[in-house]
Amino acid sequence: MDIIRLMQLIVSSSLTFAAPLILTAIGGTFSERGGVVNIGLEGIMVMGAFMSAIFNIQFVGTFGTMTPWVGMLAGGVIGLLFSIIHAVATVNLRADHIVSGTVINLAAPALAVFLTRALFGAAQTGPLPRAFGRTNIFLLHRIPVIGPIFFRNTSGPAFFGILVAIISWFILFKTRFGLRLRSVGENPHAAETLGIKVYTMKYAGVLISGFLGGMGGAIQSQAIHNEFGILTVAGQGFIAMAAMIFGKWNPLGAMGAAIFFGFAQSLARVGNSIPVIQDIPGVWLQILPYLLTILVLVGVIGRAEAPAAIGKTYIKSK
Amino acid sequence: MSETNKVIEMKGITKKFGNFKANDNIHLDLKKGEIHALLGENGAGKSTLMNILSGLLEPTEGEIWVNGEKVSISSPDVANQLGIGMVHQHFMLVDKFTVTENIILGKEKHKFGFMDQATSQKDVKELSDQYGLRVDPKARISDISVGMQQRAEILKTLYRGADILIFDEPTGVLTPQEIEELMEIMNALVKEGKSIILITHKLDEIKKVADRCTVIRRGKSIDTVDVATTSQQELADMMVGRSVSFKVDKKPADPKEPVLEIKNLTVKEARGYDAVKAIDLDVKAGEILGIAGVDGNGQSELIQAITGLTKVDSGSIKLDGKDITNKKPRKITETGLGHIPEDRQRYGLVLQMKLEENMSLQTYYQKPFSNHGFLNHKEIKEHAKQLIEEFDVRTSSEENTASSLSGGNQQKAIIAREIYRNPALLIAAQPTRGLDVGAIEYIHKRLIEQRDHGKGVLLMSYELDEVMNVSDRIAVMYDGNIIAIVNADETNEKELGLLMAGVPLEKAHEQVTETEGKERETVANEK
Ligand SMILES: Nc1ncnc2c1ncn2[C@@H]1O[C@H](COP(=O)(O)OP(=O)(O)OP(=O)(O)O)[C@@H](O)[C@H]1O
Ligand SMILES: [Mg+2]
Repeated sequence: MDIIRLMQLIVSSSLTFAAPLILTAIGGTFSERGGVVNIGLEGIMVMGAFMSAIFNIQFVGTFGTMTPWVGMLAGGVIGLLFSIIHAVATVNLRADHIVSGTVINLAAPALAVFLTRALFGAAQTGPLPRAFGRTNIFLLHRIPVIGPIFFRNTSGPAFFGILVAIISWFILFKTRFGLRLRSVGENPHAAETLGIKVYTMKYAGVLISGFLGGMGGAIQSQAIHNEFGILTVAGQGFIAMAAMIFGKWNPLGAMGAAIFFGFAQSLARVGNSIPVIQDIPGVWLQILPYLLTILVLVGVIGRAEAPAAIGKTYIKSK
Repeated sequence: MSETNKVIEMKGITKKFGNFKANDNIHLDLKKGEIHALLGENGAGKSTLMNILSGLLEPTEGEIWVNGEKVSISSPDVANQLGIGMVHQHFMLVDKFTVTENIILGKEKHKFGFMDQATSQKDVKELSDQYGLRVDPKARISDISVGMQQRAEILKTLYRGADILIFDEPTGVLTPQEIEELMEIMNALVKEGKSIILITHKLDEIKKVADRCTVIRRGKSIDTVDVATTSQQELADMMVGRSVSFKVDKKPADPKEPVLEIKNLTVKEARGYDAVKAIDLDVKAGEILGIAGVDGNGQSELIQAITGLTKVDSGSIKLDGKDITNKKPRKITETGLGHIPEDRQRYGLVLQMKLEENMSLQTYYQKPFSNHGFLNHKEIKEHAKQLIEEFDVRTSSEENTASSLSGGNQQKAIIAREIYRNPALLIAAQPTRGLDVGAIEYIHKRLIEQRDHGKGVLLMSYELDEVMNVSDRIAVMYDGNIIAIVNADETNEKELGLLMAGVPLEKAHEQVTETEGKERETVANEK
């Protein structure tokens, strides 16, 4: 295999695995910037993956080639709806963020698998009729050398994720909304004295995370597994949270970290075509992403600066 | 109708927390262009009253009139629109944001939702020039001095067009120079037509800048007086409800053998510099040793090393004859140390826990508070009640969380706990910060009582008056060294001031006698 083909293979499979992580990690960033820890992203991804699979099977006739993209939106919507539970629990009812997130993580897979069984009579949906597949990126794939490596025959959702990362960065750091959201995650008391609606901002952060996490799950089922089952998401939500921390609660950082984790995951798939690591037993490559997650977090977590008021319930004085 | 020159009238304000009345039928009016002081003991309800005026709390009863119109201030937004701005007792700033971002937050200049940073920074700069409030618009809050943080807070209210400004204990955290500057700023603001409510425990500040003063006690208004015709003594008596003595009454000390012996002690601070440089120091039983010095000359690190909160780099510390160098804090406490920490919220209390639990933080595992590993809540409660009673900690119940106490009463709770254990050595770091004059008098009395019972007391304070009046000997720290130890009754403010600036003792002594001589001469010549 020539070097360009090899590079192309590594890049495109890294991006494919990174796509769900990018969106979900950015989702987590919005939630935590507003001060709400959302470990429920794992469960939210499950719901998004489930919903989009159903949607894909049901509406392939209506939407044709656009089906996975519309399915992704459907996954986002269900993720958003599910995240309302987390918002109500943590913001209004002052529940512990971790407890509420854990409840979502326990409830979502149970519900999704139950419904899958009810609908399909099996624990999996079976193959989806129209997956994301591979795409060439508009015009860019024509650039010599770079084009074939980065933009040809690659993951459409990943480039969508990169676009979302850039937009999110602008939203968080350049807009009024972003400033207000961050102020609420840092010092809600100060924000309130300046007339900022603390609860509204927290809701916004959590709901955006639900929407992005749901879309992330939808990409997981429609681009990687091409079906929905209990193993579709299996820990991706947690890896996305690791990417968020590794990326220092910055959408662009989270995106970079997600691509790194995507690369680690892709090795298990494409490792046997890469000369140096061909001989490493497959099990090791499968463990690698989780191992890296742990190592990265151990190395980074002491230094990373989380929003100051993260995980704390805010009680309006009156 | 009300007189037109009154910008604020609060009539019959009552605020209940549960059954407890923090404000009880309070009246307050503010005239246009005046500085109006609000004076009251710790927990009297000053912050509560001002939080009502700034829309953070809703009154249970009462009316508020602004510029002759009855209003209902249901949120900080409404307060802003009415031109009311507050500089809070604990700053309301986002540490990671820049000065500009903090100031414009909630009232941002934007195009289609995108912020216009350049214009905002220019606006802040202009505003800061206009009022002489020096700030660096681009600096992060966490990187600037407390004084500048406060100026940013003031700018925040001015940016919103406030013309009624509330300052809640603004001077508690400032250095003497910064206090001086703040007073000038307040005078300038009043000249611009603003009106100011000032909360402070320092009577000399009230005398210096305020026009009128309203005194409240235990949630009730006592009186509003003209500052010019009222003495500090009268103000203090009115506030406490009895006669307060500013003079510290004490017999000469009767020092015995040392309880604390520090030899050649070096302590590094977080970044690895030597903060305390090979010092020797003794505190004897039956004396109060004061430590004077400008903030940041190693005092905090010295105390942290003695209490076991920081590692000792080299040298030794002996407490009551036993070596405690680098021992665990619990071990040191058991050896006979009491500690009133500088940062009360961080090292003194567990804010989320009940007051009664906080009262036995060092003793909970001993009898009678604990039996075979089980807590005896009845004893813990009894103990807490006794301390609250004896030290006059103002709270409606010992079951309230420590965080619900007013700032000054949190401090009193710690002092009660530490003094009550009757330790061989009591370390008191800034023990009266944020306390009212009545409470200060009481705390000083208790420190001296400890001394008279033959215990050692190490008093660290940035307030020269306090160090001079309470201590028997004074050690002056400068740049990690103890540059002089003087007897409290043989020194004066001038000499200490020079020592604190790093002037060696002989020179300082010379300079003081010289200037005194000169002054005498000039006086003689004038005659
Ligand atoms: N949220 C609350 N719940 C219960 N009690 C409260 C609450 N806030 C304040 N209090 C009580 O109300 C009283 C008045 O408190 P406030 O903070 O107004 O005192 P202060 O006059 O500002 O005192 P200081 O000079 O110490 O700051 C205190 O006894 C305090 O314990
Ligand atoms: Mg107060």
